[in-house]
Amino acid sequence: MELLGIYHYWVFAILLMIGLYAVIVKLNLIKKLIGLSLFQSAVFLLYITMGKLEGGTAPIVTEANANGLFSNPLPQVLILTAIVVGISTMALGLGIVIRIKEEYGTIEEDEIQEIDK
Amino acid sequence: MELILNIASWILMTLGGVFIFVGGLGALRMPDLYTRMHAAGITDSIAPILIIPGIMLQAGLTLASVKLLAILVFLLLTGPTASNALASAALLAGNRSEQVKPTAVSESEE
Amino acid sequence: MTIIFGFFLLTLLLITAVAIVQSQNLFVSVMLSGMFSLLLAVNFFLLDAADVALTEAAVGAGISTVLLLSALAITAKHEKAPSSSREGALIIVIIATLVLIYATFDNPQFADPNAPVHQHVAPWYLDKTAEAIDIPNVVTAVLGSFRGYDTLGEVFVVFTAGIGVLFLLGTQPGPFAQSNPYKLTDPKGLRHYLIPRVVGRMLIPFILLFGLYVQFHGEYGPGGGFQAGALIAAAIILFALLEGEDSALKVIPRSVLIGLIAGGALLYGVVGLFGIFLGSNFLDYSVLSSNPVKGQQMGLLIIEAGVGITVTGVLLSIFHAFAARGKF
Repeated sequence: MELLGIYHYWVFAILLMIGLYAVIVKLNLIKKLIGLSLFQSAVFLLYITMGKLEGGTAPIVTEANANGLFSNPLPQVLILTAIVVGISTMALGLGIVIRIKEEYGTIEEDEIQEIDK
Repeated sequence: MELILNIASWILMTLGGVFIFVGGLGALRMPDLYTRMHAAGITDSIAPILIIPGIMLQAGLTLASVKLLAILVFLLLTGPTASNALASAALLAGNRSEQVKPTAVSESEE
Repeated sequence: MTIIFGFFLLTLLLITAVAIVQSQNLFVSVMLSGMFSLLLAVNFFLLDAADVALTEAAVGAGISTVLLLSALAITAKHEKAPSSSREGALIIVIIATLVLIYATFDNPQFADPNAPVHQHVAPWYLDKTAEAIDIPNVVTAVLGSFRGYDTLGEVFVVFTAGIGVLFLLGTQPGPFAQSNPYKLTDPKGLRHYLIPRVVGRMLIPFILLFGLYVQFHGEYGPGGGFQAGALIAAAIILFALLEGEDSALKVIPRSVLIGLIAGGALLYGVVGLFGIFLGSNFLDYSVLSSNPVKGQQMGLLIIEAGVGITVTGVLLSIFHAFAARGKF
């Protein structure tokens, strides 16, 4: 179990950096937005990994399993909010990209900076 | 009885897995879009028919089996429809297959 | 056996992420990001987060892919190859990865019952839900009642995103609108595709029904307002794709959409204010009924409805804004 746990954290670190690389290096604005959503997904994975309890089940407490072990509900509440906020920011970001395309004619960052000079 | 149910569900799920592997292999190795979709269509149709009854045998006669049956019906409805929509869209976008030699009839239509 | 499955799914996540970033065709990136969301949802389910898995699958794999594709149809299909060298950024990113990996060795063991995260507040929530609110789904109880203020803030964030997109894009076609790119004889929707229309029309009532089921069943199983809002919006978006955006606007007109966006957030705020009017704190549902437990349950029901209404309205408005801009 320890190796699986470490692997979860390593996947989080690598996904985080892949998303960050996409945001920094890629010139296309939509690619940057997709990289940002990869970054967010890595953070979701970290939180939910930390919430898991050995031998626990999903935190739904019925009379049948009232005495069992439950995984932590608190990271799940945080990440539920975070997922919806992430899609909201992505939608707003896509609206801005569409307007940029209409005003500048391109969505590549270097061409936009050329036009702005 | 338990043993027979377990073995039957094990066989069904393994067969479903084999078909999914075949579908995936075909989607990689086929030369053309339409042949690739034909291979991937196996994953939509025969694989849920084998895997979901395998899981249903494990779940027994509970509410979970009814929900699994509903999922199976939904997958069987939407999978082939998605393949059809994809193929129609590809045809409409002008993606002609090199595997199909035009016959005399269609040449005279063009 | 779970170990092998867990390793396999996480490795697939990594491979998909690398493919998303590497691919130069934006359409491929968007499709792969939908696949990434679905894999992430399966991972969440394996980590016992059923609500989160449902939300990630509905919102990430469904709505996000549709929005990205609509934006892609208006903007670009391929990205330009980068001209300057990027080794500097790559080295910095690799060093940061190694530092993070070194830090993960200090993390608590996976699923350790003695980890600090399981010690303080979580057992209190698990016990208190049964006596104060008495619903099975603890996540909905914490989301709606114990941390209801944060969820109010989140509804306002969704509302802000909706009106932000409406400000940016409006309702008229933009300069890049092309009304008949493939020269179809009847260009509204997918009218000449028979099979998807027939099957889609058959499925839309069931998707709506399932959305309503998820909305009201959120207290007894995985579900709640956000997932239900995404599902109902997905059903209407499917209708808009099949029959044309004008038909979808006849089904739910723009005025109704604006009413939905504002009405859900207003409903949530009014329930909070009722707490003050009846003599207690803001967003205290215990005073909504003579029995505090029943009051809590009623409050949860109403605010989840408010959340679902706002999320439906916002996602539909955003889709219609993108679709009207490109007029496809």
